[in-house]
Amino acid sequence: MDELIDILKEIHPDVDYATATNLVDGKILDSFDIISLVSEIADKFDVVVSAEHMIPENFNSAQAIWDLIQKLEDEE
Amino acid sequence: MHNHVLQELKKTASNFPDKAAFCGEKSELTFRELDHAVDRIGTYILSCGIKKSPIVVYMEKSPEEVATFFGVIRAGSYYVPIDAEMPSGRIHLILENVKAPLLICDEDTAAKAADLGFTGKIVKYSEILSDETIDEAALTEVYNSSIDTDPLYIVFTSGSTGVPKGVVGCHRAVNDYIDQLSEVLGFSSETVFGNQTPLYLDACFKELFPTIRFGATTYFVPKALFMQPLKLVQFLNEHKINTVCWVVSALTIISKFNTFKTEIPKYLRTIAFGSEVFPIKQFRMWREALPEATFTNLYGPTEGTGMCCYYRVNRAFEDGEAIPIGRPFDNTDIILLDEDDHEVTKESGEQGEICIRGTSLTLGYMNNPEKTSEAFTRNPLQTGWPELIYRTGDIGRYNERGELMFVSRKDFQIKHMGHRIELGEIEVNAQMIDGITGAACIYDKAKDKIVLFYSGDKEEDAMKVLLKDSLPRYMVPNVTKKLDAIPLTSNGKTDRVTLAKSLE
Repeated sequence: MDELIDILKEIHPDVDYATATNLVDGKILDSFDIISLVSEIADKFDVVVSAEHMIPENFNSAQAIWDLIQKLEDEE
Repeated sequence: MHNHVLQELKKTASNFPDKAAFCGEKSELTFRELDHAVDRIGTYILSCGIKKSPIVVYMEKSPEEVATFFGVIRAGSYYVPIDAEMPSGRIHLILENVKAPLLICDEDTAAKAADLGFTGKIVKYSEILSDETIDEAALTEVYNSSIDTDPLYIVFTSGSTGVPKGVVGCHRAVNDYIDQLSEVLGFSSETVFGNQTPLYLDACFKELFPTIRFGATTYFVPKALFMQPLKLVQFLNEHKINTVCWVVSALTIISKFNTFKTEIPKYLRTIAFGSEVFPIKQFRMWREALPEATFTNLYGPTEGTGMCCYYRVNRAFEDGEAIPIGRPFDNTDIILLDEDDHEVTKESGEQGEICIRGTSLTLGYMNNPEKTSEAFTRNPLQTGWPELIYRTGDIGRYNERGELMFVSRKDFQIKHMGHRIELGEIEVNAQMIDGITGAACIYDKAKDKIVLFYSGDKEEDAMKVLLKDSLPRYMVPNVTKKLDAIPLTSNGKTDRVTLAKSLE
């Protein structure tokens, strides 16, 4: 989880990722942020993110993103 | 012959009165409604006694914003679009530059507009439209007295000195652009555009002007869909969108995530792209998914009105190969000049600065004679009379097939996520922050990241946050690195080589 927070902090240092639950819906992360986030995640955690995972629900909070990573790791 | 960009609007409105012209997330306008709104806004502006003036349009991306652009043009004035998400520091610079007598906003931007310290009149779109009066006589008089070298817009691009530059465009160049582009891409009343590019630049001309000329339809693709590839393709299919002119990074959002395995944008027939290099692996996925579609690479700076070169892909490309920018549109000429202003011939295969000649040139930078005379210069190859060329700052060469290739930039301008950015503008904004003693910006191409090196008393995270106040989102550095001092070369310039190496 810390690794993920580091990636997120690099994108927007001023966001409190421990409490934020509207990262996408609140327009904190825009589509280009999400795309670069996903490529970092793919690199760091060695997972494959597909189109069906690319929905706001999976990116609205650090926890949701973390859950997605766990799910993708399990699938491998 | 087209002398005015709105010449076909009346005819289109009578041929297709109830057809949707522009469709946004919240509303849509038919051609009849659009025509009425345009006349109404034109009437309003004239009734304020405003003629041939810059008018600021500060609205959410919507069909109504397009109607406002056209309404300003109808009144013989020129629109200055401001992005609703632009930071206020940048808006101030733009307002200071253009000194407009009127600002048109909407319900969403009204509160922010009131806080801009704008000295002219502020009016809401809905207020203008609440009155039905149309002054045909006044509108006709303005129309008949307009000439095709009159301006119709000023759009602002990144400026290396920290101040954005306002590019002033005229009817003649836009009409020529739309003539050529429509011919190359084959627009008609059957065309259904899915617009991706923002309305505050000239990129959206590809959709805006052909839509009214041919009676086509433009859907504004919701921004939020550009992180949801499946939904994005479903949106394209739902509206039977057959034509897209997108930046490469928007197209690769679809191909990157194996979206084609689940869903194909099956109505797409015409795909134009540009502003960035298309990674061949991604490009191949597109071509395989849509073998019937045409793919056209477009190239051109804002100063040359929209695009000026095109390449229709007609062969396979190897990994690592670049797609050519091809050839100029008809009625535009490209010359390559070497450092001594001599012509670089096609056959030589040598590199030179890409310079544009022809009707497509814009009028120059608003209230900025210095920058204008640097970039819009006399054609050195022709000394008989004052002919202007625009020096793009892009380096190009011809390949063995005689196709123009983009090689690199002469300066520190970059393309990042489809946006044109002067690294100098980021540096100047960083240096303006209290306690910052030095700044140098590098583009890490391999990682597609803007890296800002700086010296001073601010922490790396704080630096990013502070820059968000003065820079648009796409210009905020992805990485900030604090140094004791910015390394300098022996002649006192920023040592970019050392900085770039530190990233490897």
